Amino acid sequence: MLKISNLTKSYDNGFTALKNIDLEVESGEIFALLGPNGAGKTTLISIICGMVNPTSGSVKVGGYDILSDYRKARSLIGLVPQEITLEPFLTVVNSLKFSRGLFGKKPDLKLMEDILKKLSLWDKRNDKTVTLSGGMKRRLLIAKALYHEPRILFLDEPTAGVDVELRKDMWDLVAQLKADGVTIILTTHYIEEAEAIADRVGIIRDGELLMVENKATLVERLGKRQLTVQLVDPLKKLPDYLQALDLVLEAKTGDLIYTYEADGKRTGIANLFSTLSDNGIIIRDVQTSQSSLEDIMIDMLGDKI
Amino acid sequence: MNYQAVKSIYVSEMMRAIRTITQSLISPVLSTSLYFVVFGTAIGSRMDAIDGVEYGLFIVPGLIMLSVLAQSISNASFGIYFPKFIGSIYEIHTAPISAIEILIGYVGAAASKSMFIGIVTLITANLFVPLHIEHPIAMFSFLILTCVGFSLFGFIIGLWAKNFEQLSLIPLLVITPLVFLGGSFYSISMLPPFWQNVSFFNPVVYLVSGFRWSFFGVGDMPISTSLIAIAIFIGICAAIITWTFRTGYKIKE
Repeated sequence: MLKISNLTKSYDNGFTALKNIDLEVESGEIFALLGPNGAGKTTLISIICGMVNPTSGSVKVGGYDILSDYRKARSLIGLVPQEITLEPFLTVVNSLKFSRGLFGKKPDLKLMEDILKKLSLWDKRNDKTVTLSGGMKRRLLIAKALYHEPRILFLDEPTAGVDVELRKDMWDLVAQLKADGVTIILTTHYIEEAEAIADRVGIIRDGELLMVENKATLVERLGKRQLTVQLVDPLKKLPDYLQALDLVLEAKTGDLIYTYEADGKRTGIANLFSTLSDNGIIIRDVQTSQSSLEDIMIDMLGDKI
Repeated sequence: MNYQAVKSIYVSEMMRAIRTITQSLISPVLSTSLYFVVFGTAIGSRMDAIDGVEYGLFIVPGLIMLSVLAQSISNASFGIYFPKFIGSIYEIHTAPISAIEILIGYVGAAASKSMFIGIVTLITANLFVPLHIEHPIAMFSFLILTCVGFSLFGFIIGLWAKNFEQLSLIPLLVITPLVFLGGSFYSISMLPPFWQNVSFFNPVVYLVSGFRWSFFGVGDMPISTSLIAIAIFIGICAAIITWTFRTGYKIKE
């Protein structure tokens, strides 16, 4: 559905916002682009959607080049921008009609009703956009992007600054759209958002796409697991025979914390258990936990997150 | 051609005009009335006829041009600048529409609005002086060409303007002197030779002259010269806009 090849964007002042980006997104996929502020997420989306000219490289949407075949490429695209940018004095209905009209389509009142009801805006349809609350304005931006029936939807920081309820509604909507076969690309710096809804995750920093990975694989590949061992008689000090095992003794509880690579061939757990057993230490319980995308991001991006 | 998109932009712009219909109408009616009170009645009654045309009548074409030029520029510049300012221009950038379609939508709407104001000014003038239009078709053609030409010019200002100050500065600094020195209230032949020569560089002189010819059959210069001048003006504006869209200058990063 989306094919980006060797895409670069440089500005006259010498700043390079995107460096040789290569990316393919399949039809019906939810792809999350994660990265700190200023990483190039919005620039990438802006180029694909036609707001910024690329310096070099190519972008194809649905097989159509965004420059030479821009009409066909853009007619497949819906964009929900990061900022709330609405003509203040248009009513909700007229704002939607304007958006659909730009894509060469006559108003479809049934579809409009469906979308507005789905986004809880139907009761506000005759209100001017200036009178809507912040959350409603954001819903309206989504409605406008959906009303021309795009096959690929770009959500640029869709839940930045929205309340928990609206965030949940948006995630549900994304799931519905995916079920309808719409490809979704979202940028976010809320890691839990990518973790909750994305199929694949791309991590971008300083204009470079550092990694593109299936979300589960990414967590598995990069994530660390932690094993917490509760003892029947908690230890007050780490004995010498355990020092070599890279263990941490939790001061308050006396639990042993053992960290290991999730994808490591040898985790060392068996060795740990046998050492404990050989020295007569009785285990009460064990717990494992896996690192989240957030932990992975902190690992990759350091303090830039 | 994405006709539906052109229609969408045009209708949306016209709806903005309808929302502000009162101020759109009051301003030209009031200013035209004031000009007639001051220039037509108070001063005009003491002035001789120019080229055989009574002064009150003589200033009518100039007054219509004055409001049409100002309206064309402000409508077109505001029409494209406002979505740039609030950020909703992203919808235009991301839609499957060409530069020419965007232009027809915005400039068409701006020209229609100023055409309407021009007709309102004409009707207002008719309340003060009995108007007889010698070449009505030429008069309407000139009106349309002027509306289109200066809406294109306004569109360029709107595209290039970085803030509201720039948006109002160019009309104030450039257009007002051009209009006042463009023969709206006098004949160019009344000026000393040096200023007559300077006036020939003012495009508004050609517009007012041609427009006046369509009313009274007399003008400062031949009608063909006026037509060529407005054609050149439209051509230059269209070329600048084409270049602007092609390069993305001031439009895209």
